[in-house]
Amino acid sequence: MADPMHQFEVQKIVDLPDIPTPFGAIDMSITNATVAMFIAAGIITALMAAVTARPAVVPGRLQAVGELLFGMIDNLAEGIIGHEGRKFFPFVFTLFLFILAMNTIGLFLVFTATSQLAVTATLAIMVMTIVLFVGFARNGLGFFKLFVPSGVPGPLIPAIFLIEVLSFLLRPVTLALRLFGNMLGGHVALKVFAGFVVSLGALASTGGLGTLAILPAIASLGGVIALTALEFLVAFLQAFVFTVLTCIYLNDVVNLGHGH
Amino acid sequence: MEADAAQYIGAGLATLGMIGAGIGVGNIFGNFLAGALRNPSAAAGQVGNLFVGAALAEALGILAFVLALLLIFAV
Repeated sequence: MADPMHQFEVQKIVDLPDIPTPFGAIDMSITNATVAMFIAAGIITALMAAVTARPAVVPGRLQAVGELLFGMIDNLAEGIIGHEGRKFFPFVFTLFLFILAMNTIGLFLVFTATSQLAVTATLAIMVMTIVLFVGFARNGLGFFKLFVPSGVPGPLIPAIFLIEVLSFLLRPVTLALRLFGNMLGGHVALKVFAGFVVSLGALASTGGLGTLAILPAIASLGGVIALTALEFLVAFLQAFVFTVLTCIYLNDVVNLGHGH
Repeated sequence: MEADAAQYIGAGLATLGMIGAGIGVGNIFGNFLAGALRNPSAAAGQVGNLFVGAALAEALGILAFVLALLLIFAV
């Protein structure tokens, strides 16, 4: 039986030479992970180009899809960050569409880019870098007020400060691991159940008492179908959750000190 | 005991962490449903909070899962 972890192996498709940098050589080869991300970016660009190609006052079907996605994230950013949410909308919307596309492509094609920790960690580090940048640019050293909640009694401040700093540093870790773990776990479960169908089906074909194995094989097939439906929900939900958390983290630094 | 066996036992024990995540996520959805049935008109506005809460609780279960994977593949 095929190894359920085999689907996550990164394989080189086009071998390109290493590029030396001061931090060590970077392998620029095109792998199945990069191809999956190219496809995701291509689909988003094509969809958004098609959606905005012939805008009408009364939207057609395709335009309605685009407006639905756009409106959903716009409401989300405005609802969490407030009236300054518009400034961060392009970043948040791009992040949402890119993750949603990578998650969904993983269900149709063979490779899920978001099941690579390198990909999700890069996205999480990018989000936290922007949060830090916005935080220092808007508040200066007042940024450190983020770690001292208002109303804390004086003697407790050092302890609270340490805990808050630690929890801030853990944010990118959980952000990356949540998306990675959900995608990895879901796809492993799918392949394990699919493996049951094949091995139990092979047992049933041997005849005799083994024929009874056809029943659990059919049950496993039903399980695969149900899990696939669940995975579509998870693919959307995890993209949504990543976006919501990005907005919450941005709100922390944008509206620092005057929560709204 | 062989090192391989200890690895698999450790991975199995790591999955126990998911019990906590299960309780947490169940609590969130159960309480949401209880609240939503009392006041259905306010439920739609809280769906975002519901999923964020579920995701935060679930993250700890995912950490247990990642730990199990690390024990099998990385140690």
